[in-house]
Amino acid sequence: MDIGFIGQHLVNGLMQGMIYSLVAVGFTLFFGVLDVIKFSHGDVLMVGVFAGLTAFFGLDALGIENPYILVIAIILFSTALMALLGIVIAKILILPLKGAPPLNILLITLMLGTLLRESVRLFYPNGSNSKAFPAILPTDSFTWGNFSLRLDSVMLFVAGAAVIVGTYTLINRTRLGLAIRAVAQDEETARTMGINFGFIVLFTFALGSAIAAFAGVMNGFYYNEINFSMGLLLGAVGFSAAIIGGLGNLYGAILGGFLFAGLQTLAAAALPFSSSYKDVFAFAVVIALMAWRPTGLIAEKAYARV
Amino acid sequence: MNSISIYRNIFVSVLLGTLFVVAMMMAESQVAVLSLIVLAAVSCIVLQKKGVIRKLGSDFASAEKFANGTIMIGALATAVVFAGDHFILLMLTTVLIYVVACLGLNIQFGYAGMVNFAGAAFFGAGGYAAAVLTMQTGLPHLVVLVIGGLVAVIVGFLLILPVLRTRGHYAAVVTIAFSLLFRTLVEVSPVLGGAQGSPVTGMVIFGWNFNEGYQIAGFDVSFYINYFLFALILTAVTFTIVRRVERSWIGLNMDSIRIDETASACFGMNVARWKVTAFTIGNFFMGIIGAFYAMMLGFIAPNNFTFGDSLIMVSIILLGGIGSIWGIILATGIVIILPEKLQIIQEYRFLIFSLGVILVLLYRPNGLLSRAARTYFPGLLRGAR
Repeated sequence: MDIGFIGQHLVNGLMQGMIYSLVAVGFTLFFGVLDVIKFSHGDVLMVGVFAGLTAFFGLDALGIENPYILVIAIILFSTALMALLGIVIAKILILPLKGAPPLNILLITLMLGTLLRESVRLFYPNGSNSKAFPAILPTDSFTWGNFSLRLDSVMLFVAGAAVIVGTYTLINRTRLGLAIRAVAQDEETARTMGINFGFIVLFTFALGSAIAAFAGVMNGFYYNEINFSMGLLLGAVGFSAAIIGGLGNLYGAILGGFLFAGLQTLAAAALPFSSSYKDVFAFAVVIALMAWRPTGLIAEKAYARV
Repeated sequence: MNSISIYRNIFVSVLLGTLFVVAMMMAESQVAVLSLIVLAAVSCIVLQKKGVIRKLGSDFASAEKFANGTIMIGALATAVVFAGDHFILLMLTTVLIYVVACLGLNIQFGYAGMVNFAGAAFFGAGGYAAAVLTMQTGLPHLVVLVIGGLVAVIVGFLLILPVLRTRGHYAAVVTIAFSLLFRTLVEVSPVLGGAQGSPVTGMVIFGWNFNEGYQIAGFDVSFYINYFLFALILTAVTFTIVRRVERSWIGLNMDSIRIDETASACFGMNVARWKVTAFTIGNFFMGIIGAFYAMMLGFIAPNNFTFGDSLIMVSIILLGGIGSIWGIILATGIVIILPEKLQIIQEYRFLIFSLGVILVLLYRPNGLLSRAARTYFPGLLRGAR
């Protein structure tokens, strides 16, 4: 096995891990403030990618060709729109269901995911087929031996890392983040301290959904192909990642995302069976990890009152 | 309250229900189907407002054996009416198959309170067991059915440790991961036929070949009638067992750990034991009926057992009313038959289905027919006595 082969898998695994972590961060944020799992998260990501694609077509029709303007516009449009969608979902479905059985919320958001998926399939022009996502980032590559690193991968990775660092700073270093953490810790006490609970919830949902849209666009730029059902697997993987890391914990989500990608890469590159088993392997390890650490690697502090 | 009126009420309502199902099956034009749906919805709402539904509920509960027998006869009568029609019998049998699978899942969700988002995977484990066994061995098919159930149980045992140790969302991720894993596994495994799927032999029991039709008095009877009758027997057996489990001390223990696991443990109940029991019984039913389903279809592929199918099973349970056996039967009928009959919405059926589930859960969070409080002496504590 040579260095180039390993390097290629390493880059691929890191990109995957970054995307998974971004999705998992959303799950963990929502769970933190409201103790709910919003399973439509993966499909929000998918809608975000399609919004980005639409923005590209719009700008293309206007004759704008500067790749930097295009990329920034795609990201801004997609994240802003999904932030809005996140607020709408929280307002219409999640907040009114506060206190409903968790199973009902899980199923409602799963169904919402189906609704979004089917809407894109049926109503987006030619939505049932895969679409090419524009490759507008610079593709110069550095080459060492038979390993080549493309500039666009580096840019995407740095951008993803910046988003994660930004989210971390927002949560841990700002007043707004303090309010989010307060709500996550104890809703009632947070309310009595004068924190606007409704606003914090809506803001968190906007933030999580925007991050998902960003992850989706990143996925689009990296693979240059998108389809209406991409959100289902990404959502399930992101959820698993958030869970194996430990729900409600930002580090856990990041750890879980990279761990899942690492398992997939390991199965594809180094294990003796066919690489089509990589998802089987990764999910099997997730199940085994749950048996070992039932509340995630970074365990949630839990107690029960009888 | 005189008992004659109870029997009369039950008889009339089952008769009307059967007539409705027959009319629904016969309805060809979309206008007829839509008007039947509107008729059913409106009459349900009106009857609910007038308190008739509640009255009927207590009637059914106070004369259970008679009610169950009448409904059975209604089902048989429906089969006789459509004895020559392949498609309708296949549809009705599919409903029964999903009823059995969902009753199994209901033991886990509804009684023991365990989440299982891998229903289709256990169903598929039975199906693939049937495919391998019927194609490669000459085992009698009744044995194949039982082995199908056992295979699902054994597959379930692989998951038992993480399922027992986790709760809530953490338990959900175990089964969701397993559901995705199962689908990918059968898709890439060459032994199980890969993405193309695998053929399955039709059912033969003691020389009774299910895949042969009959001629009775010059009238062609579809071979699906065999499958329908056998599925009806399986449904009746499952129904009886699930009812018995629900009403027995087993069900009482399960109810207790569902409602408060910690408190039950404090009172000395063995939580793990009851969870394992519920998981095993439920998976056994799903495996058996999965094997039967495979033999009926004659061909299975990974696409029959996706995460989406598991979700449909969970939606049936929540739509019907979690833990409510009749609710599940009703919801299965709606979920399986409506998309088939409403060809007009064929393209939009998943869209409308998901919207429908969201609306029901928002406005009727306990499902269509929610489970009644436990009655320790069935029939005695209900109604106006």
